[in-house]
Amino acid sequence: MANKKQSGFGKWASSRKGQQVIICAAFAIIPLLLLLVFTYIPFGEMVKFSFYKMKYTTPVEKREFVGLKNYIDVFTRSDCFGALKLSLYYIVGALVQLVLALFLATLLSFRVKGGNLFKGLIFFPYLISGIAVGFIFKFFFTRGFVFDSILQLCGFNLDNLPYWLKDQSINNWTLVSTSVWRYLGQMMVLFIGAIMSVDAELYEAAELDGANKFQQFRYIILPSIKTIVTLNVILAITGSLSAFEQPFVITTGANGTGTYFIIMNKIAHTSQKVGLASAMAVVLLLIILICAGLQKLFFEYIFKDSSADDESYKAKKLRKKQEKDTRKYMKQMTASAKGGK
Amino acid sequence: MARGKTDVPSIAPIKEKRSLGYYVRGFLKYFVLVFFSLCAVVPLISCVTTAFKTADEYKATSVMTLPKSFLNFSNFVKAFTTANMGRAFINSVIVMICVLLVSVVIGTQLAYVLNRFKFPGNGFIRTLFLVASLLPAVAMQVTVYNIMGDLNFIDHLYGYIIMSCGTDVISIYIFIQFMENISVSLDESAIVDGASYWTIYWKIILPLLKPAIVTACILKGVVIYNEYYAANLYLISPEIKTMAISLYKFVGPMGSQYNLICAGVIISIIPALVVFICCQKQIYSGITQGAVKG
Repeated sequence: MANKKQSGFGKWASSRKGQQVIICAAFAIIPLLLLLVFTYIPFGEMVKFSFYKMKYTTPVEKREFVGLKNYIDVFTRSDCFGALKLSLYYIVGALVQLVLALFLATLLSFRVKGGNLFKGLIFFPYLISGIAVGFIFKFFFTRGFVFDSILQLCGFNLDNLPYWLKDQSINNWTLVSTSVWRYLGQMMVLFIGAIMSVDAELYEAAELDGANKFQQFRYIILPSIKTIVTLNVILAITGSLSAFEQPFVITTGANGTGTYFIIMNKIAHTSQKVGLASAMAVVLLLIILICAGLQKLFFEYIFKDSSADDESYKAKKLRKKQEKDTRKYMKQMTASAKGGK
Repeated sequence: MARGKTDVPSIAPIKEKRSLGYYVRGFLKYFVLVFFSLCAVVPLISCVTTAFKTADEYKATSVMTLPKSFLNFSNFVKAFTTANMGRAFINSVIVMICVLLVSVVIGTQLAYVLNRFKFPGNGFIRTLFLVASLLPAVAMQVTVYNIMGDLNFIDHLYGYIIMSCGTDVISIYIFIQFMENISVSLDESAIVDGASYWTIYWKIILPLLKPAIVTACILKGVVIYNEYYAANLYLISPEIKTMAISLYKFVGPMGSQYNLICAGVIISIIPALVVFICCQKQIYSGITQGAVKG
């Protein structure tokens, strides 16, 4: 009996269907396991922890259930809610960065002498690690150092200059500018790629018709890359909410530069208020998910009729047809295999 | 630059009409480009000049003056040994190779299975990965830290490597997108020839995915090499610190010796600079593709 079962299993395993199941299981198990352990289990724990008052080291039975108190704290504690408002600086910075990147990308997409050199120089900061960027700008903005010296060369008096990293009226802008310094080139390269994918004949035709560079930008480049621009506006907003690196390494969040993540990091790992930190994380995740949902709606309704979507629709249709054919083919194969036995 | 050629014939006939405005615009264009390039490099250049100054020279001179000699490498040597950067570089390379290798293998395998086979849960798995890509890493670390503790992964290089593989969602997405452009007819003809699914994956799909693998490795490689938040959280012993966090050594008592710090910063940048100069084209196309498809 057992023997028979064994051979039945062997037969199944060597059939196409059996092989499919085996390969699916073998190929999917590790990534799914990793996803579960490092994304969804932590996510579940985070939601659970957010209702408790606890430390990392608190044993399970001593954790105190506090209901929605942590969530109320997120919106009433001045450090948490104030930090959320700091994101506005980064949103403004991200939008400025987007406009600059678009402008530079347009300049570099037309014929420019030394274009590759400019592109390389502006892009390179993206490849520098966060800590190194932190040190570079601590040095750059320290009182009387590089930036002040440059401004003095331009005729400014040192006494009239603010303390770039300490003065609360300006230090957040200073940090935002370092973030722009780091990511401007990356965004520019992205836009250059998008502009380059526009059909070159369009420019020729426009130039023959006497369109100037601005008109070419307005009527050819911008409509062709609006999808990627919109996508980046939304990414900029979600990215700004999670601004973290620059203040973390340059000012460590001192003097009113503590963004939401800085505060959260401090609450979690220094004060060990894991429940409150979890609640903060959940609130932020909800905001980001809402943004992502809006983005999806936006693309579905605004760009419904754009040609790009038509194309992907066609591609989908084609793929479905191919899949259908494959299945048909598989059926034939299995049928013929059975027939052979 | 490809468009440069098309400019020539259309501009030539109106050459005589070139007015003052044309030259002003040309000047402005280069002025803007030079200005932004300077903004990008001046902070770096100031670091380089400071890194070559001796301690006395650094204290005595303004940060804008050039060092006496560009052959004074003592700061570099001192920074390199103080922060143990040789060891850190090896650690960074180990982490990078392991994570990229594992990510590519499991990513391509999962993409192959999800794209080629219909099974219950296929769409659900895709959604799981999509949602995971939206969750910001720093926020997740609040509880990942707890799990890392449970698994006894804290302060072990392998633990950090496994976690870095697990949080990789973007490259799986790139592979799935790319798989859609690989024709199914190739698989079919291989099946006719009696190839197993493993052979199809190994001999057909993987070689064809090469451009996507390069893209994913570049995007992921930059992130891994520069990752410091998670690294700082989980790599505590000095001998397992990576390049990005070895610079932390200079926070604290040494925080004002900028000639030394700048030297350390320059050393940490050099590998990135070398890679950038060697594979500029691939990096640019990687950035572009990763974003268009992501």
